[in-house]
Amino acid sequence: MQATSISISQDPAVQYLLRIGDTCLILAQRLSEWCGHGPVLEEDIALSNMALDLVGQARALLTRAGQIEGRGHDEDQLAFLRDERDYVNVTLVELPRGDFAFTMVRNAMVATLLKQLWERLLTSSDTELAAIAGKAVKEARYHQQHAADWVVRLGDGTAESRRRTEAALTTLWRYTPELFVADAVDDAAHAMGLGPRWADLQGAWTEEMAQIFAAASLATPQASAFRSTGRNGVHSEHMGYILAEMQHLQRSFPGGVW
Amino acid sequence: MTTPSSPSTPAADPAMATEWPLWEVFVRSKAGLDHKHCGSLHAADPRMAIQLARDVYTRRQEGTSVWVVRSDQIVASDPGEKSMYFDPAQDKVYRHPTFYVLPESVDHM
Repeated sequence: MQATSISISQDPAVQYLLRIGDTCLILAQRLSEWCGHGPVLEEDIALSNMALDLVGQARALLTRAGQIEGRGHDEDQLAFLRDERDYVNVTLVELPRGDFAFTMVRNAMVATLLKQLWERLLTSSDTELAAIAGKAVKEARYHQQHAADWVVRLGDGTAESRRRTEAALTTLWRYTPELFVADAVDDAAHAMGLGPRWADLQGAWTEEMAQIFAAASLATPQASAFRSTGRNGVHSEHMGYILAEMQHLQRSFPGGVW
Repeated sequence: MTTPSSPSTPAADPAMATEWPLWEVFVRSKAGLDHKHCGSLHAADPRMAIQLARDVYTRRQEGTSVWVVRSDQIVASDPGEKSMYFDPAQDKVYRHPTFYVLPESVDHM
């Protein structure tokens, strides 16, 4: 076994799957940071459950990406032996977990995106991916309901919870345009029937988020010109730290298993 | 005879001011079976209680249906009256329907 980094195919199908898989994986890592730190025991368990759901989705997607790539990379190698620039998760999920309001606003944003993605992937030309979507869409629906309910409670709650929720929304909103930037990977995946262009989900996503914000009596923030670029492998300064923590064991003890 | 206490409100009970109310959780493991009490949890309202019950008590495939009930809505017998309430049944074996011979066709009633 060796722990040197692997290089990844730039094949659009592989990149398309890795974008979704990495987004699940990195959000799972961030959510798992709540384990033992949840505001109440019940919520602590709920957050860990959702982190595990996302790890499960990431495993299935990375496995499938490895199969399509055809270089013999399995889920573990893809999760632990890539360098930062070869991760293609959206920047939104790598931001530090922040307070509970930040976590819930982000979860609502990502769960809404993933739910819409999975719903469209049910009819993917790749039957394996369609099967993964069949399982994952149920999880994503629950994640969205859970997070959306919290956004409403916090946004329409006390002055303190509202202040924190508004602050979280302002920070996070700047990272949402990235979700819907059209590019060659999206176009190719769309053309081969693998899955939707993320850009085509923007209208439905914005609509669902607006409903949540309205119920929470929160205003949708102003659009900004800033574009994050995690989906292209160019990440925020937080990404290196999260990978160092995630990859430490496999890099130190290559091939180590439980 | 004890009077069941009325549901406590944050204003009435200082201990409740910083704690979410307690809920009892009942889970049905599969269709046709009854809901069984499996524990309790704290939640702010019914919707949250159902969601957290799902997360806390059904994450290992234990359930197909969940009920939650505010704990302070349950009327319970008084432990102090246990002997008066339940001991008199001890020597009434004739109340069990075991002194009949049932026809074969209904033997599994």
